[in-house]
Amino acid sequence: MPLTPAAIGGDSIIDVDRLTRVFRRRGAPALAAVDGMTFQVAPGEAVGYIGANGAGKSTTIKMLTGILAPTAGTARTCGFDPMRERRDLARHIGVVFGQRSQLWWDLPLQESFEILASIHRLDAPRAARRTAELVELLDMGATLTQPVRSLSLGQRMRAEVAAALLHEPALVILDEPTIGLDVLSKASLREFLIRERRERETTLLLTTHDMGDIQRLCDRVLVVDHGRLAYDGTLTGLADAVGVQRVLVVDLDAPTEALHGIPHTRWLGSEGDGVRQRLAFDAKVTTAAAVLTEVAERAGVRDLTIDEPDIEDVVRRIYSATT
Amino acid sequence: MRGDLRTYWLLARAGFRRQATYRLALAAGIFTNSVFGVIRASILVSAVAGAGAAVAGYDARSVSSYAWWGQVLIGSVALWGWSEMADRVHSGDIAADFLRPLPLHLTYLAADLGRAALALLARGAPMLAVGALYSGMTFPAAPTEWALGLLSIALAVAAAFLGNYLVNCAAFWLVEIRGLTLAYSIVATLLAGLFVPVHWFPDWLRLVAAATPFPSFIQTPVDILSGFAAGPAAWRAVAVQVGWVLALGVAGASVTAAGRRRLEVQGG
Repeated sequence: MPLTPAAIGGDSIIDVDRLTRVFRRRGAPALAAVDGMTFQVAPGEAVGYIGANGAGKSTTIKMLTGILAPTAGTARTCGFDPMRERRDLARHIGVVFGQRSQLWWDLPLQESFEILASIHRLDAPRAARRTAELVELLDMGATLTQPVRSLSLGQRMRAEVAAALLHEPALVILDEPTIGLDVLSKASLREFLIRERRERETTLLLTTHDMGDIQRLCDRVLVVDHGRLAYDGTLTGLADAVGVQRVLVVDLDAPTEALHGIPHTRWLGSEGDGVRQRLAFDAKVTTAAAVLTEVAERAGVRDLTIDEPDIEDVVRRIYSATT
Repeated sequence: MRGDLRTYWLLARAGFRRQATYRLALAAGIFTNSVFGVIRASILVSAVAGAGAAVAGYDARSVSSYAWWGQVLIGSVALWGWSEMADRVHSGDIAADFLRPLPLHLTYLAADLGRAALALLARGAPMLAVGALYSGMTFPAAPTEWALGLLSIALAVAAAFLGNYLVNCAAFWLVEIRGLTLAYSIVATLLAGLFVPVHWFPDWLRLVAAATPFPSFIQTPVDILSGFAAGPAAWRAVAVQVGWVLALGVAGASVTAAGRRRLEVQGG
């Protein structure tokens, strides 16, 4: 059910203000897993929440969902105080922790859906309609009668996502939903999530190590590092912000001397006596066409490719810039 | 509220079915219960015979009844070994439980009532036959006595579960609770009246036991089902059980609330 701004108590479906969580550790100094984090998410947004292991992603999510108590600062999710109003909040959010199951391990999958529908007070027609829809879209027909423990990882993740979305929550939070999935499983899960967002205007918060998830699903990226927000903006903006360069790879007609001195480029290397050469350039300063023209004046170009910035590399640069 | 009752019913059914998937464990349980029952009944009956007269109201037949009704209950009333929730706190899997819009202790309680119902049918009921054949036992005479006895079993299961739940809640504060669960099991088993009837305790220990919920776990339903407690005494005993279930339930809710603020789930 969509939440109106009035019901949420503002324009943000997630409102985090100087949120902090400190973990006490034996024989080690206390660790601020989340350290003064502030951000808002508007209804309908799709936000990728990325960072290295231990950066504070999961801890933030657990505070947003009422599992962990903040040490300081505040979080409001769907207009609720997650710690004090956990049960009310649970009716409006759907959460998948990729490494923790919410299904009944020993029982046929369909029993988990039946119990969850009752937990979320779906009436019988609505429960039947929604379950049938999810079973079809996530291709779970063959697994419904199997005990959950016998499902493959891909089958189980699809079932986890279906379980979290059964009650059509306004906010969907997915913590590493594609971890360990093969390419096809990833693709079908992404297709499903895109469709859900389109049809229900669901708000999505996603943590992942898979940049493909972010590229396909998210229109905004938050990068968290050492418990602090290191970046908030679009994915392309992220690449620009850290100055990642594109790489032009040219195949030439004949072995050619190294292409040094082409304006606004850096020569990276060559193969086959200079038949294939690689040049890095900054898209903000010059264009691929301009670089190509310069190259063509020195040698005949037979073929070319442009390597886009690797997002893993972008994130790595963010981390190293802030440490 | 009606919808929530259906949810708890489904959770109990899931607990029942989950338990039913462990067939080999059930068969092993019947065997162990029988052996343990034969040993207990033999010792208790010979103790009464050796005394030459009834001991605190127990003659050979009633003490045999006491022993075998205890065997009927022992698979259902969880006195030891339950650490599922503590394990989930330590592994962090408890996070998935907190995502449900239900009180945690009632979610677990419903599942345990389902588990206990299967254990009663599959592991408890056969003990009636074994006990009647081996050393004799007394059954309730009237349907109302059966009904009160079954109600008392359900309350015993709930009270014992909620006791275990409270012990498991220590996991919110402690890294290791095995010592605590072991100590609890020993005290609970003794004061519940599983080894010898609470009525045989010295006065001071009987007073100690009466101040705890433990007799409600075993002694009370055994007394009612074996006819040792009848009429108003039986109803009073059930009322005491209800009181303990409510008290332990309230304690479970508030300790969960306090523990939740202490929860540390790092990573994942």
